[in-house]
Amino acid sequence: MEKNKYKDLVAQHTPKEPRLYHGMIAFLTGGMMGVIGQFLIDIYSYYFHISTSNASVFMIITLVFAGCLLTALGFFDKWVSFARAGLIIPITGFAHAMMSAALEYRKEGLVTGIGANMFKLAGSVIIFGVVSAYIVGFIRLIVLGG
Amino acid sequence: MIYVYSFLFAGFVCLLGQIILDNTKLTPGHVTTLFVVIGTFLDMFGFYDKVILWVGGGALVPITSFGHLLIHGALARASDIGIMGLAMGMFDLTSTGIIAAIVFSFIFALIFKPRD
Repeated sequence: MEKNKYKDLVAQHTPKEPRLYHGMIAFLTGGMMGVIGQFLIDIYSYYFHISTSNASVFMIITLVFAGCLLTALGFFDKWVSFARAGLIIPITGFAHAMMSAALEYRKEGLVTGIGANMFKLAGSVIIFGVVSAYIVGFIRLIVLGG
Repeated sequence: MIYVYSFLFAGFVCLLGQIILDNTKLTPGHVTTLFVVIGTFLDMFGFYDKVILWVGGGALVPITSFGHLLIHGALARASDIGIMGLAMGMFDLTSTGIIAAIVFSFIFALIFKPRD
């Protein structure tokens, strides 16, 4: 009884998150990131005369570079707290996670700080991606035979 | 027209991520990991390839494309060599993003001081 009352009290006094607003912001910023990606692909393939797949590789490098640089300069944290998933889900979020880990542990030294902790946040993405890709690829090879 | 599709698809993926973030207790790390795993499963029968042909850059920017590129490189190599090709080709396409992130992070961490 007391526990339930306490829960109700907590629920009454926790500030309500404006979920619709957050969703709108995430949709708009994420969509803008998609448009920027397509725009960069078009520009690279037009000016450097390369295929679309090579241009998309260039685009990913550009976005990772921008994410790292803006995180190092200190802008990106504010933008992430504003746009949330709109900047975390795109590839910039991956760059942001690695860059902020590298910056945070820099004072512990090059090897024990940056080297050991760079993948602290972003490592789970690579590990789960590789494991699930291996399992899915295995299943597909067995089911479809290649 | 591809710009509109890019906007809608990338926005929709980010909206899904924001809904998961707001309504559960998962951290952003959980959500990005979840989306990579979803990306690999979507590419199991080549579905994500069709999405990329259709929406272009909008499908390559979200982190789901990372999972798609992992499985895509692995399967491309596996069709040549067989089951061992899965491990050989896993990072064929993804390496650019990972290498860029590692190199830029290291260099910028040397140059810039952390701010709080």
